[in-house]
Amino acid sequence: MELDVSILSRIQFAFTVSFHIIFPSITIGLATLIAIWEGLWLKTGNPQYLQLAKFWIKPFAITFGMGVVSGIVLSYEFGTNFSKFSEMAGAVIGPLMAYEVLTAFFLEAGFLGVMLFGWQRVSAKMHFFATVTVAVGTWISAFWIIAANSWMQTPQGHQFVDGKFEVVSWMEVIFNPSMPYRFFHMLLAAFITATFVVMATHAWYLRKGQHIDFGRKGLSMTLWIALVLTPLQAWVGDLHGLNVKEHQPVKLAAMEGIWASTEANVPLLLFALPDMKAEKNHYEVAVPGLASLILTHSWDGELQGLKSVPAADRPNVPMVFFSFRVMVGIGMLMIGVALLGTYLRWRGTLYQSNWFLWPVSFMAPTGIIAVLAGWYVVEIGRQPWIIYGLVRTSEVVSPLPAERVLFSLTLFVLTYSLLFAVYLYFMRKLIKKGPAAVGHLQQQRIGVKASGYALSFTKTLATDAETSNSPATDPKGAH
Amino acid sequence: MELELSVSLFYLLLLGFAILMYVLLDGFDLGMGILYPWFNSDAEHDHLMRSVAHVWDGNETWLVFGGVILFGAFPAAYAAIASAFYLPIVLMLIGLIFRGVAFEYRFKSDTSKKYWNSAFAIGSSLAAFCQGLMLGTLVQGVPTDFIDQSSFSWLSPFSLFCGLAVMAGYALLACCYLVMKSRGGLQHKAARYGQRLLLIVMLSMLLVSLWTVWIEPEIRARWFGGWHALWLIPLPLLSVLAARLLFRDLGRVNRSHKAETAVQERHEERPFWLAAALFLLAFVGLLVSVFPYLLPRQLTYQEAAAPDSSLMFMLPGIFIFLPLICAYTLWGYKIFAGKIEDYQEGY
Ligand code: HDD
Ligand code: HEM
Ligand code: HEM
Repeated sequence: MELDVSILSRIQFAFTVSFHIIFPSITIGLATLIAIWEGLWLKTGNPQYLQLAKFWIKPFAITFGMGVVSGIVLSYEFGTNFSKFSEMAGAVIGPLMAYEVLTAFFLEAGFLGVMLFGWQRVSAKMHFFATVTVAVGTWISAFWIIAANSWMQTPQGHQFVDGKFEVVSWMEVIFNPSMPYRFFHMLLAAFITATFVVMATHAWYLRKGQHIDFGRKGLSMTLWIALVLTPLQAWVGDLHGLNVKEHQPVKLAAMEGIWASTEANVPLLLFALPDMKAEKNHYEVAVPGLASLILTHSWDGELQGLKSVPAADRPNVPMVFFSFRVMVGIGMLMIGVALLGTYLRWRGTLYQSNWFLWPVSFMAPTGIIAVLAGWYVVEIGRQPWIIYGLVRTSEVVSPLPAERVLFSLTLFVLTYSLLFAVYLYFMRKLIKKGPAAVGHLQQQRIGVKASGYALSFTKTLATDAETSNSPATDPKGAH
Repeated sequence: MELELSVSLFYLLLLGFAILMYVLLDGFDLGMGILYPWFNSDAEHDHLMRSVAHVWDGNETWLVFGGVILFGAFPAAYAAIASAFYLPIVLMLIGLIFRGVAFEYRFKSDTSKKYWNSAFAIGSSLAAFCQGLMLGTLVQGVPTDFIDQSSFSWLSPFSLFCGLAVMAGYALLACCYLVMKSRGGLQHKAARYGQRLLLIVMLSMLLVSLWTVWIEPEIRARWFGGWHALWLIPLPLLSVLAARLLFRDLGRVNRSHKAETAVQERHEERPFWLAAALFLLAFVGLLVSVFPYLLPRQLTYQEAAAPDSSLMFMLPGIFIFLPLICAYTLWGYKIFAGKIEDYQEGY
């Protein structure tokens, strides 16, 4: 088979960006949770909150590190693999990303040092401020990059001059029609993802009978959060879907598996096997008329189908179709868990119900899977367009030798697989180790005044005096 | 060459500022990784890592900033440079990935520590080398088929040499940073290596300058045509002066560790600033050589500039946030000012 640089570049981009989004989805939510815990600790003085913050800050740190290194790759990948796109749309996308760096990345990075390492060096209030700043930084970062992506989905506010996009109205570019929905849906997705990672971990402690108080506190809080956020997410998602119907009808048709050019009284497909060749679905399991009801608010509302455009303008239907069902399915599952948990809490048996805790402790990756599935709907659903309705992805790939892209893709796959295994290993290690005892935390917080500090300080002074008298003896230092 | 004051010139300067900040800041922390193999005990390695663990992320953000300024203000140059340098960029990114995650994982590892040590050392060296390689290619000037992206013209004796030279330069910055952040045997060692590296760096700078002047008629004309030499002579002179002072400062730190006799006043922070000055001067020299090109002899900054609507849009962000960024970055450095102690701090 002839190597196709366009396919390779797309696979590489999809792979690296999918890897990246795993980490922001966790850090955005976790930074926010840690800020909440620190705030509660400052307010109530209850050391359990400090324990929560101090425990989760470690998984947060390694996740954040992974997010940073994988993100840097992306900001160069637009140029390396999609050079024509960069040249064409750089004047629109570039400034948005510049604002992201100016208003978010520096903020996160600048205060992260204090958040992670500054416990003994700044006051508790200052530390809280640093944590909040990091959390807000992650939201701002999401805002700009989502604005950039949404403009590619529903472009407006631009004009096309000499083969390049120029901006006419920045307000229209940033607040393009799909941006608000995508932004809120994504932020909620990140909060939910982190909530379920935390919830699963604490359920696991309870199930194992370890760190009981700690486990209860975390489980209880995250269940309340999930009870609020998961139904909210379904509602925002529904609005998001209506927005897709209006601006990207072909994508919606792929999500719902609608083939006929227009169809009234559209059934909601619970399952089907879309067949792009035959242009129809096999094995449909459907609820008659429900899709019409949801999307047009009338049982016999009309929806546009895939055949309304030539086959070359359709996305890969099965991928979009199944990804959408995975996301919504997980969303429904999460709502179910939140409701059931509340019911058990009301009954007073939540912490003893192993039959509930056991499955919940395996739900840590569900949020991430839903996030990935959601992005696949968005991104694969918009193909073959890179800028919806205007520019095709295949036209803007860098004309690189295919071997070179194959080489880099292989490198990325190897590197990322290795790192992902390492990441999971260290997450497991941190979680198995469990939180530090409450008493120990209080002592550690005193920091500079703690005895350990003075001790080590005098020790270094002593070695200092020693080495400045005798030349440093170092066997290998001579070369 | 007409120097026309324009927004695009402002962005060129901004880009220069971003690159310079990146080179200085990530320079010392990549340098830490380059120096790594020359330090052997776990305690020393701990010290090296801990002296930059709280700042590496912020330092690397300047690389992202440089990238997006290029993207936003000079899209054509971003597209041409990034795709033509495909392999060096990918390798640099892979290097940055390994050294970046090493910070987190090394501190939490028991048995795998040695792997993270190598990841940090090799990753940092690879990243620095690739940066030097690209710099070398840009200075040298690129053939017309460069934009044809199958070219390998970034692989030349000159660019390879620049790759090594940049590694030495970063290692020098790291030594000077260590003199500031450590005491005892470690400081001694840093000063000693610093002196040697300084010699290597000065020699490389001389070689690179002669080489470019010799092979590139345009650069020769820029430096020696008309009265230019008169205006430009301070650059090499100041460099030599800075190097001289730096060598002496490092020497004093070095001697103060072995001498029984008292040494003259020693400076622990000045070496870093002198090394930074050396980089600044070299950078200005570089700008003189390549201005007004972003891609030498192919693409000037005016040709590559984005439309005014984009350039103007970014201005308020830059004027408001860049000073803020500098302020809180400084604040961050102040909080962690002073020597690294072997007291386990952190989260
Ligand atoms: C909804 C959120 C979101 C999405 C869709 C993306 N990112 Fe991201 N990114 C973040 C949310 C985020 C973050 C929360 O701000 C991160 C994650 C962890 C971190 O360190 O910051 C981050 C880190 C991060 C960094 C490192 C920042 C630093 O140096 O501190 C870069 C360069 C990028 N990202 C670039 C991108 C690009 C080019 C993307 C699109 C193709 C992208 N990100 C998608
Ligand atoms: C972070 C979550 C994201 C995920 C998981 C994701 C996933 C994907 C996937 C799977 C594709 C490949 C589609 C195909 O070729 O069939 C793709 C394409 C693309 N995405 Fe995203 N995306 C994300 C965010 C973004 C953002 C924020 C941007 C821009 C600012 C973006 C820009 C692009 C571009 C330029 C392409 C076209 C290249 C290609 O087709 O591979 N993506 N994305
Ligand atoms: C439960 C009902 C849900 C509905 C009806 C829903 C609806 C949607 C729709 C219609 C899109 C596609 C928008 C487009 O193509 O432009 C989307 C995207 C997405 N969904 Fe969902 N969703 C639901 C639950 C979830 C959950 C639980 C998560 C994650 C925890 C999630 C994460 C995402 C993400 C990350 C995207 C891509 C980014 C974006 O467009 O916001 N969704 N969702």
